[in-house]
Amino acid sequence: VSAAHDAGNHGRRGLRPAALAAWRAAENALDALVTPAANPLRHLGAIGFFAFWLLAASGIVLFALIDTSVAGAWRSIQALEEAPLALGRLLRGLHRYSADLLVLALVAHILREWVHGHESGVHRFAWLTGVPLAALVFALGIGGFWLNWDALGAFSASATAEWIDAIPWLGTSLTRNFLGTEAVSDRLFSLLIFVHLGLPLLMLFVLWFHIQRLTRATVWPPRRLALLTAGALAAAALAWPVLSHPAAALASVPEALRWDWMLLAIHPLTYATSPAWGWVLVVGTLVLLFALPFFPRRVVRAPAAVVDPAHCNGCQRCFVDCPYAAITMVPHPNQRIGRTLAVVDPDLCAACGICAGACPTSTPFRRAEKTLVTGIDMPERPIAALRERLRQGLAALKARDAGSVPLVLFACERGAQPGGVRAGGDVLRVDLLCAGQLPPSFIEYALRDGAGGVLVAACREGGCEFRHGESIAMQRLTGQREPHLRARAAQGDRVALVFAGAGDAQAIETTLERLRTAVARAPLVPEESPA
Amino acid sequence: MNALSTTRPTQPQGWRAWLGQIVLYGLFAAAIGTFAQWPPYRHLEPKQALIKLSFTRVGKPVGDCRPLTAAEAAKLQPNMRPTSVCPRERSPLVVQVALNGKPLVDRLVPPTGLARDGAASIYERIVVPAGEQRVAVRLSDDVRARDRPFQREATVTLAPGQVLVIDFDAGKGEIVLQ
Repeated sequence: VSAAHDAGNHGRRGLRPAALAAWRAAENALDALVTPAANPLRHLGAIGFFAFWLLAASGIVLFALIDTSVAGAWRSIQALEEAPLALGRLLRGLHRYSADLLVLALVAHILREWVHGHESGVHRFAWLTGVPLAALVFALGIGGFWLNWDALGAFSASATAEWIDAIPWLGTSLTRNFLGTEAVSDRLFSLLIFVHLGLPLLMLFVLWFHIQRLTRATVWPPRRLALLTAGALAAAALAWPVLSHPAAALASVPEALRWDWMLLAIHPLTYATSPAWGWVLVVGTLVLLFALPFFPRRVVRAPAAVVDPAHCNGCQRCFVDCPYAAITMVPHPNQRIGRTLAVVDPDLCAACGICAGACPTSTPFRRAEKTLVTGIDMPERPIAALRERLRQGLAALKARDAGSVPLVLFACERGAQPGGVRAGGDVLRVDLLCAGQLPPSFIEYALRDGAGGVLVAACREGGCEFRHGESIAMQRLTGQREPHLRARAAQGDRVALVFAGAGDAQAIETTLERLRTAVARAPLVPEESPA
Repeated sequence: MNALSTTRPTQPQGWRAWLGQIVLYGLFAAAIGTFAQWPPYRHLEPKQALIKLSFTRVGKPVGDCRPLTAAEAAKLQPNMRPTSVCPRERSPLVVQVALNGKPLVDRLVPPTGLARDGAASIYERIVVPAGEQRVAVRLSDDVRARDRPFQREATVTLAPGQVLVIDFDAGKGEIVLQ
């Protein structure tokens, strides 16, 4: 196997491909350490949501327990620290560390989406609606420190006011609200609490937009990952408890403050440079993130799926399976009552082909028409072309060596690239836009057409470029999702599925070898194709 | 459900998986617990104090009020004629602060608003050595009487980390150090 073919970046050079290779290496390394289900790098969006739920739950309890007045806030939170069984510390630690987790997940999520080129194309909407979330997370996190009204909260409030006052066209000085302890009134404090309660609601609203164009958006991580994350935060809350500083005293600056560098880094940065530089950094970063989707890129967008109304029976399988909600069902123009037709929005279509794999008309056994026309198909790689490639490829292999029993490899073109397979031999490789593009009936068709065995190569679990391709393929092949692979076709170790992302070429080679051995051990009894 | 032969990349199983997860998430807990509180941030050096200078004040009008001329009055309805007209624009503030005789701040602060009729605001934070300091502050809010500013001069002893606020008490009409 030539490792050179297995780059996964298809030979591209530059910062982003290098970053993508590094990211995948990190993902694979963590897979090997903790399994993909518990790999945080594969569930960053879901972890962000989980942190938000933890913040909301712990925040509601905290709101019920604390005194929301200037004089009483610090005292009531201090009392929490003394609560029996360290429950107060647990609650407070969970709240704070969930906020830190949200920041880390957010930064990593942005980085991950960027290295995968997800700022443009069908991902543009999610990217653009995600950028304001970054600002909201920090505004919410920083404002949370103030509500304790200890030395740290007072310092952060004063520093934030000074920073905002640096905006030249603001007439009223916010800093004057924090000049002295007596300047901070209960009324101002109520306003701060109101903002801290209102921002999460705004965030939830923006989050709703953020996942609008995703089908089955993961807003809750796998159970094991959720338990591990919550356990880690709870352990941190007890081992490194979040304790209050002395009560706020605006007449002095504490000598040293226990600093949360994940949430409050902007204050030291601003003081080390200037408020103007702080604004340049923050606004510049936000503008850059907003502008990234509009930078010209040399990536050619694949044509969207196309529906043939004459062959669409309105079964809705494509509508259900589409990972980007690009398909809607409308009344069929043939006027038959109750009949619906799939309609593709080209702007939302990622051209993954999962819809074509779902279509019941995508069966290669159809002989009624000269050309195989399906209800929904991919112009870039039609189902008919896949069947032709399969037919001709198998015929060529058999013609070259009549005694050989060829194997068929249906492989996602974004996954592992085994060089040995490309070089030829007894394996016919059929490239797919995504493993989810494969209609399961193709496997049966290949076996009846002379293939000794069939291997389907999908990307690693959680590593599909199109979100759910690998899991949809697995569910179809194991009979958990329609269209499913008939149980009879899956018998006898002649069909195998391998999860092999970029860099996993060896896994494909090994599985092919195993398949070859199984086929040699029990030769296939030829079976007549159904008419 | 079909019994399909499925191959996954090498993954830890059983206790190895749990061990890996405990190690990874334990390290995460330690990292988040540590960097949420450490290293500490020291805003001031041990022997420094802070002066916060903050004035927000509407300056005096830039000119005197004058009676309405006959020509001006003739253009207005009888019930709309004021007895005098005053300039809307306010004076910019002149703020000067000296520490031990050395000038620290010398600023002309313009009024806000398109018509320059709003309050003028200044905020400065000045890090100074702790200890005894002679602070002199001058504030002028009237272009017509720049030679009669509000003044305050005092000797203060600043403890390390102390914040001295220089403000203007509009009720008393004087500069306050607090």
